[in-house]
Amino acid sequence: MKKNIVIAFAMAAGCVALLLAQQADINIKVVSGEKPAIAVTDFRGSGDAQRYMDTFNQTLWDELSGAGILKMIAKSVYPLTVPQRPQDFHPPTQIAPARRGEAPRVQSNGPWLTDWSNPPVNANYLAFGYTGVQEGRLVLSGYLYNLGQADLNSAQVIGKLYFGSLDAEGAKKVAREFAADILQQFGAKSLAGSKIYFVSDRTGNKEIWSMDYDGSNQSQITRYKSISTMPAVSPDGKMVAFTTYAQGNPKIMIYSTESLRRVPFYNPVSSVVETPEFTPDGRRMLFSATIDGWTQICEANVDGSDMRRISHVRSVEVSSKVNPKNPSQVVYISGKSGHQQLWKMNIDGGDQEMITSGEGDVANPSWSPNGQFLAFAWTRGYEIGGFNIFVMDVAKRVPVQLTHVNGRNENPWWAPDGVHLVFTTKRGSATQVYTMLADGTHVQQLTTQGNNIQPVWSKAIN
Amino acid sequence: MKTQHRTLSAAVFAGMLLITAAGCKKKAPAPPPPPPPAARQPETTPPPAAPLTVRINSFTAEPRSIERGQSATLRWSVANATDISLDQNIGAVQANGNRQVFPSNTVTYTLTARGASGTDTRSVTVEVSAPPPPPPAPPPAASVSGSDLLTREAQDAYFDYDKSDIRSDAQQALARDADLLKRIFAADRSFTVVIEGHCDERGSAEYNLGLGDRRATAAKEYLVQLGVPADRLTTISYGKDRPVCTDANEACYQRNRRAHLAPGK
Repeated sequence: MKKNIVIAFAMAAGCVALLLAQQADINIKVVSGEKPAIAVTDFRGSGDAQRYMDTFNQTLWDELSGAGILKMIAKSVYPLTVPQRPQDFHPPTQIAPARRGEAPRVQSNGPWLTDWSNPPVNANYLAFGYTGVQEGRLVLSGYLYNLGQADLNSAQVIGKLYFGSLDAEGAKKVAREFAADILQQFGAKSLAGSKIYFVSDRTGNKEIWSMDYDGSNQSQITRYKSISTMPAVSPDGKMVAFTTYAQGNPKIMIYSTESLRRVPFYNPVSSVVETPEFTPDGRRMLFSATIDGWTQICEANVDGSDMRRISHVRSVEVSSKVNPKNPSQVVYISGKSGHQQLWKMNIDGGDQEMITSGEGDVANPSWSPNGQFLAFAWTRGYEIGGFNIFVMDVAKRVPVQLTHVNGRNENPWWAPDGVHLVFTTKRGSATQVYTMLADGTHVQQLTTQGNNIQPVWSKAIN
Repeated sequence: MKTQHRTLSAAVFAGMLLITAAGCKKKAPAPPPPPPPAARQPETTPPPAAPLTVRINSFTAEPRSIERGQSATLRWSVANATDISLDQNIGAVQANGNRQVFPSNTVTYTLTARGASGTDTRSVTVEVSAPPPPPPAPPPAASVSGSDLLTREAQDAYFDYDKSDIRSDAQQALARDADLLKRIFAADRSFTVVIEGHCDERGSAEYNLGLGDRRATAAKEYLVQLGVPADRLTTISYGKDRPVCTDANEACYQRNRRAHLAPGK
């Protein structure tokens, strides 16, 4: 009995260690650029299906490269003969060496795995296939091969049929589903169903809005015709808190993301209550409120009761964020060194330490889901107000600059997959919401109307 | 130890019982019968030879003259009467009483008291006058509202980047503002002022909301030091949400880093 318990415990501990290792692995790969290399052929379609293959190929490529976990090998180095079906592969024939000591020579009989795994392609994986029309529907035969295997049977990782309507939408759908299956093989977490909450002034007033992870379904949540800003979302995605002038001085309000109704929150008596943030267990909130003339960090229940002041300095302190994997660790922005810098402390206010170098201004810290990285906006190396996005491994304290534009790059926020970031950039006259990979590549614009700022990314509601 | 404690408890309990018992004992004896009430006295005294005279001791109106819409109170006191009434549709009343009346014109109230020995009447007149016309509106020239005065003459206090210290130029501006506020508050006792704190666009929105709040508070503290009543001043921070200009140069940034006085709501 006792032995069984010990074994069970050891197994559980092992699983946890494995999971943690995996998570860390994915992020390290993102930052250092060591990823599995994949070649993705241009798929062709028979009959009417061919009309939608440009859309299909573009979507498949974008989905795979946008996930950020694969090294995409440029199509320009691919072999001229491209397989479409498994039966297009023909193993080469070994020819005995003419002289002793020479390497055995091979005679090619058609496309083979090594055409893709050898230079110049150097791929680890190959995605190929074709489409056709069956009973008025688009049918995709999609394959993923592991090129490190010796024969076709063991090389096949995916071989599957996908069905969609015979139009551009159908082509996008089957491409996305095939890409999702491929990405799943490499441990990618799906962002489907995740939501981005942000502030938009497109109605003439700053209101809280939400949209899907790809920018679709943009919809308005608040209608106060006032100033409503700084959204924060609960860990379960069911509540969005924000700061609003709807009732006079800026105060925190909370909405249910499902009913879109107000949930009670009792603000302290203060001229400013701002930058709400839920704790990782979703039971407490951190926010900043003006006490004794200075905006200070406070903690309370999610309804505002049982409030406690954490910081006690004559300085503005805002944007407190709790480490999702270590709920006693808090980072925040403080001006106590003279300028706005990134600081770290225990949730009881002890062990305060400046994380950034003291140069420039720092703003908008955001924890990666695994609690290992911080993303933030920093003006280091630029003039005042010239923010760029940085990512820092908290243990190593080495900041990596992701954006290098002279527009304002602000409000980075980690996606639930730990691989993407959402952020804002002012390019031209308006500020818009963009996503990118956590290595700074694959930048995509999500919003276009009015100014759109302060995005936060919520996981899908279960 | 335990036994001792128990003994002590028992003793205390017994003592409490005794006290309670003693308390009960004290209440136990029945009170002596009260003396016969005075009201019964007439039965024992011989009946009077003749009924007493009906007499109105008093009948007054307070005040005697009112403005239309106001009220007067009638008070009366009558002795030895069986039937007492007031005219002007009021009717029967008690021997001693009062009533509030709202006459719209001058009117005379008559109190009539009847009894076995006769009748007594007395009258009182309440004079009603028309209310005075409303006071004439003050001449418009004399009333520049506090709001207008503030908007026209108040000066913004300017700040350095990421600072809430009151600079010397801001001290001069706030000193003039303090004099202005004292004048406005003296003329209008209900007037309040909200001090807005603003920032330039370069810092983060989150930090600027706190910084603007700090600037508004610093300006308020300075005004209060100069004798402006604190309870007439409130503060609000707009961070960088309400800039006066949007150019990307230091002249514009400086105009936005300010504490601004606006009429309260």
